[in-house]
Amino acid sequence: MTLSLEITTATIELKRFHNKDPKGVENVFKKKWTVLLLTLCLALIAAGCGSSGGNSGAAGGSGESGSSGSEGDKVTLNFMHLWPAGVSAGQNRIVNQIIEEYQKENSHVVIKQEVLDNEQYKNKLKVLSASNELPDVGVTWAAGFLTPYVEGNLFAPVDDLLSGELNGKFVAGTTEAYAIDGKTYALPLEFNIAPVYYNKAIFEQYGLEIPQTYEEFKSIVKTLSDNGIAPVALGNKDRWTGSLWYMYLADRIGGQESLAEAITGAGSFKDDALVQAAAEVQSLVDSNAFVKGYNGLSNEEAKSEFLNGKAAMYMMGTWELPNFTTNEDIPQEFRDSVGFFKFPTVDGGKGNVDSWVGGPGVGLFIAENSAVKEEAKKFVEYFVTKWGEQSVTGAGVIPATKVDTASLELPQLYIDLFNEMNQASSITLFADVQMEAGAAETHLNMIQALFGKAVTPEKFAEEHDAAISKGN
Amino acid sequence: MDKVMSNKKIITLYVLPALLLILAIVYIPIVLTAYYGLHDWNGIGAMTFVGLAHYQKLLMDGMFWSSAGHSLLLAVFSALSLIVYLIVAMVLASKIKGANLFRKIYLIPMLLSSVAIAQLWLRMYHPTNGIVNSVLESLGVANPPAWLAEPSLVLYALFVPILWQYAGFYILIYYAALKNIPSSLEEAAKIDGANSLQIAWRIKLPLMMEVFKVTIVLAVVGSLKYFDLIYVMTDGGPNGASEVMASYMYRQAFRAYDFGYGSAIGFFLLVICLVVTWAIRRATATKDRIQYS
Repeated sequence: MTLSLEITTATIELKRFHNKDPKGVENVFKKKWTVLLLTLCLALIAAGCGSSGGNSGAAGGSGESGSSGSEGDKVTLNFMHLWPAGVSAGQNRIVNQIIEEYQKENSHVVIKQEVLDNEQYKNKLKVLSASNELPDVGVTWAAGFLTPYVEGNLFAPVDDLLSGELNGKFVAGTTEAYAIDGKTYALPLEFNIAPVYYNKAIFEQYGLEIPQTYEEFKSIVKTLSDNGIAPVALGNKDRWTGSLWYMYLADRIGGQESLAEAITGAGSFKDDALVQAAAEVQSLVDSNAFVKGYNGLSNEEAKSEFLNGKAAMYMMGTWELPNFTTNEDIPQEFRDSVGFFKFPTVDGGKGNVDSWVGGPGVGLFIAENSAVKEEAKKFVEYFVTKWGEQSVTGAGVIPATKVDTASLELPQLYIDLFNEMNQASSITLFADVQMEAGAAETHLNMIQALFGKAVTPEKFAEEHDAAISKGN
Repeated sequence: MDKVMSNKKIITLYVLPALLLILAIVYIPIVLTAYYGLHDWNGIGAMTFVGLAHYQKLLMDGMFWSSAGHSLLLAVFSALSLIVYLIVAMVLASKIKGANLFRKIYLIPMLLSSVAIAQLWLRMYHPTNGIVNSVLESLGVANPPAWLAEPSLVLYALFVPILWQYAGFYILIYYAALKNIPSSLEEAAKIDGANSLQIAWRIKLPLMMEVFKVTIVLAVVGSLKYFDLIYVMTDGGPNGASEVMASYMYRQAFRAYDFGYGSAIGFFLLVICLVVTWAIRRATATKDRIQYS
């Protein structure tokens, strides 16, 4: 749009200039520009159609979304989610399966999907809520992300669902992350923790063992970087990736409580242990622990370094498990060589090795002003139950509902991590999810600056406290 | 045709659709932005009136001014690059072999979408697998930089694709303007014994000065509000080293959910663009226009 506007001004200017020109040159010139402008307009229109066509294509992903609108007493539910077939094949398949079954069982309901990629999803949700046009059912994150939507009265409480059929089905501590002032506003789908995945083949080649202490971890880093292998794949352009590393160091040095309190504002990031954790991040940077250019790489790019065997370790949530277990697109040989370890303890630190960073991933919300709220609730209830049953084997994610792993045939890596999760002494929710938007933004910026050595650990702590106490 | 066009009602009818569209898409949002900028608003809940507090904050905001500095630097580079485009256009407009082909080659980047260009250059700049560093390594550079992760380099690394992206656009404009200069003038100069440099400098350049001025405004204002490649390639990072005004506005509004402040930045950006446009037009204004005949 802007481009065509610019060209229009250019044309006007050119015409004004050429009005001085006698003879027919002007006409020819004008014609040229008119044609060009016309083409441009057409191109813009075509582009507009193209993109909206693409959207509707994605929305029709279920294959039988059929005719929209209400024929007879048909109910149309709009469902917006973030599992495109390209990026999250497993999840996408399950969503479509569940929707298909639901529509078969409830023939009066038509579910229309709108699928967006993670970042776009967040933006669109924001825009839709500003104009009060949220989909009937959608995906949300916990805590800090949820707060403005609840305060704006946009999400409906789902406590009645929790006390109904779903009572007791969720893993303890998952629904609480979606509760504000005693009411729950979304039902969690996944539950994640973040281990450090490592490439067994590389470890074997250099005679390395899983580190039990942080000192051992540092010597692994040194061995690898001396041999020209990138020790850790980190895509810190996305910033929350680096936040995981800081959180673990803070947890292991200062203990889970001081980290948790600092995040909520009850404690302080100026706590000696937390400042020391920030300093430790920078000393890791100094020892070349992270892949080259980590501050300019996205998480996806960093992941591919790990998947290609160019980096030996990769810290990421359990949502990556399918790529290391069942995803056929990734060579079997690589998948077999992926192991994980818990972030090691630091000498003299207060942290417990069984303390994890993680938390519920996304959950389903129901829009407060949905015209078909009751139908939406029924669908959400159905979806959460089915998701719990199918996502384990189908997508390899760990659902927020309780699962009996003994009765299912699952990859060993999955079972091990699942058991770790059940033994966890504590799980600290991702800092950027927990904080409110403004503070989270400061946290993420500070993380990138810390890894880029653009701030001192002291300044890092100061900025955090200032942003959290401001409270927006 | 002339009869129809002199009818006031018909004129109104023809102008109306475009006028309504431009009102709805451009001017009303501008007014709304100004309105939001005076409020504290997270994009969802209630708005509270805060007056000019956001503008006060803006003037003291170091991050904003550093991003404004980056935008300005981009504007300077875009304006300087126009000279190169002009030379290229002059070469293409003279009768050299394959000029037609070259013109198309230069135009192609303009036809690609910004995101495609961003993805392309992201791969070229990749610190270990990218073609840029591979070439540097094969030339014997021991440790080529990670272009998009180095705060001191990232901005210049981004300028390359941005300037490359728009090269075709300006070359096309210059080419059209050059083709429009009557060849009789050039022939007359030749007969008088002017060489091609003199023709370019004394005949062609003055005659297309007006076009050149317009493109300066386009380039500078376009740079000041530039967003797309930076958003996709670095997201303003690392540590805000490649943040420009528009990406900073986006960050405040859509990341930190501070729509009031974001709107204030947006409106301020508009004011800056208007002032700069006015200043450039003022600075380049000439009293006597050159005429062909």
